[in-house]
Amino acid sequence: MWDEIQFAIALSVSGLSIGLMYSLIALGFVLVYKATEAINFAQGEFVMLAGFVAAVALGYSGMPVLGAVLAAVVVMVVFSFGLERVVLRPLLGRPVVAVIMATIGLGAILRGLPPITVGGETRALTLPIGDTPIELGPASLPPIQVLGVVVTLAFLGLFTWFFLKSRMGVAMRAVADNQQVAMAMGINVERYFALAWAMAGIVSALGGVIWGSMLGVDTHLALVGLKVFPVVILGGLDSVIGAVVGGLIIGLVESLAAGYLDPYVGGGTKDFAPYVVMIIALMFKPYGIFGTHKIERV
Amino acid sequence: MLHRESGVFKTTYAADMALYPLPIARWTVAAIAVLLVLVLPLSLHEYYISVLNLVLIAVVGALGLNILVGYTGQISVGHAAFMSVGAYTAANLAVHLHLPFWVTLPAGGLMAALIGAIVGIPSLRIKGLYLAIATLAGQLIIEWIINHTPAISGGAQASIEVPRPTVWGHQLKTQGQLYYFLLFFAVLATVATLNIVRSRIGRAFVAIRDQDIAAEIIGINIFRYKLLSFAISSFYAGVCGVLYTYYFGIANYEAFQIGVSIDYLAMIIIGGLGSVLGTILGAIFVTMLPIVIRLTMEPLAGLFFSSGEMSSIIASTRLVLFGCLIIFFLVVEPEGLNRLWRNIRNYFRVWPFSY
Repeated sequence: MWDEIQFAIALSVSGLSIGLMYSLIALGFVLVYKATEAINFAQGEFVMLAGFVAAVALGYSGMPVLGAVLAAVVVMVVFSFGLERVVLRPLLGRPVVAVIMATIGLGAILRGLPPITVGGETRALTLPIGDTPIELGPASLPPIQVLGVVVTLAFLGLFTWFFLKSRMGVAMRAVADNQQVAMAMGINVERYFALAWAMAGIVSALGGVIWGSMLGVDTHLALVGLKVFPVVILGGLDSVIGAVVGGLIIGLVESLAAGYLDPYVGGGTKDFAPYVVMIIALMFKPYGIFGTHKIERV
Repeated sequence: MLHRESGVFKTTYAADMALYPLPIARWTVAAIAVLLVLVLPLSLHEYYISVLNLVLIAVVGALGLNILVGYTGQISVGHAAFMSVGAYTAANLAVHLHLPFWVTLPAGGLMAALIGAIVGIPSLRIKGLYLAIATLAGQLIIEWIINHTPAISGGAQASIEVPRPTVWGHQLKTQGQLYYFLLFFAVLATVATLNIVRSRIGRAFVAIRDQDIAAEIIGINIFRYKLLSFAISSFYAGVCGVLYTYYFGIANYEAFQIGVSIDYLAMIIIGGLGSVLGTILGAIFVTMLPIVIRLTMEPLAGLFFSSGEMSSIIASTRLVLFGCLIIFFLVVEPEGLNRLWRNIRNYFRVWPFSY
């Protein structure tokens, strides 16, 4: 009996920490959607790109780890900035399917580039935090997951402060709420679009470093992006808190499914259970737990 | 098609809806028929006929997706999953019950239509991004179920070998014979699509695409037509999957993964949403792209890379070009190849007196 409880606690703790790491990536998606209503199907590829930049910086030039992380952040910010200018701005006001397909195409480009330019083999991205698991009661966590949790919580705090207290954050909320009114109040909407993408770039860069050092950096790292969708749908597409709550739920579901169902059905429930939960959630709460309801008029 | 239309006036609705808008269209269609039935199969090398065969299969699937995305305005990222439903249904029927293709083919299509209508149920409440993700979920869940149910997937490798189709007692073996087999279904699918989109159903689809609440107000049963659109689209996908299975002689879930769904979306976007001719052009374009890349890259890339790296380099180049093309068409020419073709045609229609 005690064993089973311990097993359940261990699964839950690991699930919740993985879930928070999903939230980190989902934050990038939510920030962009909230401010610009653009849908980024290439979020997983963003994370992969950041992982590659960091791994190559570490591997080739022998930069210190902090330098590599910084390089990833700079590259991602510049990249998402340019992306908004070149690809997404011309698509403003076009049907949703156009934006979705454009980011899917972008994802294809990003997945194709690394094998051509730097080689597609799996790279290690070692952070100087050791790998002896940290014991927490019955559960134990690898240090990279603890780091992931800490970074996510730090960003959550930062964004909460940013959106509630800072002048720019309030302006960004205004832009998200109604672009035309925001423009009329003298807010430079285009600048806040760029800022939203830059913030998403920073989040993706850190997500890439953390996930890359956990899974190893190759093109399969982009598959993490597939987990973003259940997270954001569950939490609500435009809610920062929703991304975190959704991440926790999906992480928990995934971990429990893998622990209890895998022995019976032969593996793979990890990739499958989050989507089942998501479909059920869509039936009952189509706009997620914290998402804004849209009222449509003819 | 290429024609001049001076002196042709449409005075009735029937004339406006006619399949052949102008008398000369009949001759164009006849010329294309001769090209497809006689000239191409008799003049081309076996390898090029096999490429044509792949194009014909893709045409069927892409037409189905265009009915859903281009005409009804619903997004589906799960087209390949519906293809796999058709493929495995037909494969199981053909292997375990020894049914001929003219039973398994519609059976595969109907099964896919049923599953497609079920996956389409969320479209009644959600749209846009949410629907895209719901169909993505459908894709992943169907893939997982097929892969983890030995009763469907036929055991360890999740693949079932299927005998080639038999027509009037002859088994189709060569690429040339399969070409006629596939051509028949591609033409059937094209004519069926042309007829669906100009009928009452097609008009209802277009109304839903333009504004579904408005469509409901003018008396279109949204519930029925949205699910019908998913079902019709998935029926095409299922048939496409069955043809694929018969063509390669094997049903394997790896041929129907999410990347294939994206290929088909690319076909209709590059070709032109809501256009039958565009769909065909897009299917040709996307199917030929990797083949052209391989033919041009192989001599070039041999200088720089070892043969082991080559396949991954070519696959990656294809991905990059693919992404660039999708973005290019979306940003520069949203109406796709169909629009380019119309521009060329309009230019030459009044040529050389263009004012």
